[in-house]
Amino acid sequence: MVTNSRPFSIKRMPGFSLLALACFFALYMPLAPLVFYSFNAGNNIALWEGLSLRWYVAAWENDLVQSAAIRSVVVAVIASVVATSLATMAALGTTRTRPYRGQTSIYAMVNQPLMVPEIVTAVALLILFALIKESTGYHGYAYLVSAHTAFCIPFAYLPIRARLEGMDRVLEAAAADLYATPWRTFTKVTLPLLLPGILAGAMLAFVISLDDVVITEFVKSAGQDTLPTYMLGQLRRTITPEINAISTVLLGVSVVMVAIIFFLSRKKT
Amino acid sequence: MSTEHISNNESFESLEVQAYQREVRRNLLLSTPALIVLFCAASGPLLIMLVFSFLTAGDYGGIKWQFSTEAWFQVAFYRDIFDETVSIANAHVSIFWRSIKLSFLTTLVAFVLGFPTAYFIATRPPETRSLWLFLVTIPFWTNLLIRTFAILEIIRNQGLVNTVLITLGVIDQPLDMLYTDIAILLGMTYVYIPLMILPIYASMERLDFRLVEAAYDLYATRWRVLARVILPLVKPGVVAGSILVFIPSLGAYVTPRILGGGKHLMIGNLIELQFGQGRNWPLGAALSLTLLVIVMGALMVYVRSAQKEGSGHGH
Repeated sequence: MVTNSRPFSIKRMPGFSLLALACFFALYMPLAPLVFYSFNAGNNIALWEGLSLRWYVAAWENDLVQSAAIRSVVVAVIASVVATSLATMAALGTTRTRPYRGQTSIYAMVNQPLMVPEIVTAVALLILFALIKESTGYHGYAYLVSAHTAFCIPFAYLPIRARLEGMDRVLEAAAADLYATPWRTFTKVTLPLLLPGILAGAMLAFVISLDDVVITEFVKSAGQDTLPTYMLGQLRRTITPEINAISTVLLGVSVVMVAIIFFLSRKKT
Repeated sequence: MSTEHISNNESFESLEVQAYQREVRRNLLLSTPALIVLFCAASGPLLIMLVFSFLTAGDYGGIKWQFSTEAWFQVAFYRDIFDETVSIANAHVSIFWRSIKLSFLTTLVAFVLGFPTAYFIATRPPETRSLWLFLVTIPFWTNLLIRTFAILEIIRNQGLVNTVLITLGVIDQPLDMLYTDIAILLGMTYVYIPLMILPIYASMERLDFRLVEAAYDLYATRWRVLARVILPLVKPGVVAGSILVFIPSLGAYVTPRILGGGKHLMIGNLIELQFGQGRNWPLGAALSLTLLVIVMGALMVYVRSAQKEGSGHGH
């Protein structure tokens, strides 16, 4: 009895906490050297030669990086705005209604990009766009933007739908009772209530588009590198801390976005 | 009186039907723009790929518009160019086998690490629980390429792992971990483990610990409680997590490309080769569809088990 100093807890499983903490450590530990060496003054990602912002400056002044970064952001903004608008409409059309024929098909089709492996979608788009390029001679950004918009739709759709499902119809009914037109009810009642879901959806879509490698790699025409595909290309060569600097910046953007989404979705109105 | 009643009822019903039809029309109209975009850039291209898998490969890439089942034949068989003898396509079989093996192992390792982690989060006090959850979510939404690159950096010969092991005197030569199956396994587990933790946690959160207490009262050991009470109750989460890890692992492209170094290919890399150096588009299309069929099969198993689970709880 004396040896058993810890009171018996039904929730305790021996070794589980240790494994869990090891798992959290393993999730973050590999990112530490990545961030650390981005501030290295030397040319190497293994040999520390002092603190410097040299590689951030180098990345900033590299024309290829700069144009890739601008391209990434522009594509992500357009894709996420369009995808979120379409997803909002689709969510309104599939949630809080009496069941109708085709509803499950619509749901399945909206979520299809989540189920099909990215490489399969990428190759399928490569084939389709090759056909279009051959017959029209157009090599612009429409391919990249439309591909990104399509795979962003489910990511925008899911948080919006979740928000809508938790919304009561009572307020909208009250607005209608007070002679608000359907459009006025939508803009003054539904939309403001739905806004946190829409924002979360838009930000998820933005992060997903910004981070995409596989589909972009297959769909882009020559000279249309985004930041991730530029990095993928650089990994084949000797790696300099410039890649670490770009990674650290992208990492920072994702963390900030996820933190905002986290707090947006936690705040219940 | 009675006829009036009926006609009133009828007109009421037809009004009701009209309102319903209006609602359905509105719903379809709202969903159409998203469906058009998805059809053009997600589902439609799959149909074109199906057509391409039945065409003849062009001499310098691309295709010839000529019906052929050769691509599907080549997925599994190899025809000698000189004497036309047919044998099993060993290269393809070994790549498919490696993909399935590595995806399975990734799922297993992710479960072994992810289950205790989900349990740990679920047994924290509610105030700190969301913080732990947040710590799992962050890596989940950060760039897959960057996380793979981070693994590349730490397992290189001069990387953190080897440096630490050499400094501690465990080994005196750096371990060659990069460009091996182990490296791919490590990378995929690292990249996909949040997909295992999150669904298991979702099931675990609803776990009724009174049942656990009851089992202890009946003199069950910890191991028995885990195997006979907790595990069966969180099974839906475990199945969902396993599917969510298995499917992207099977279609992985970036991780094996970076950590396998072009020698240890997975299905995704084999597909890419058909559009790059190999230049056999119909074969690439057929391989992609084969991968899609395997993934859909895995999803079907999941849906079946989820349905069985759902009906089981109803009774």
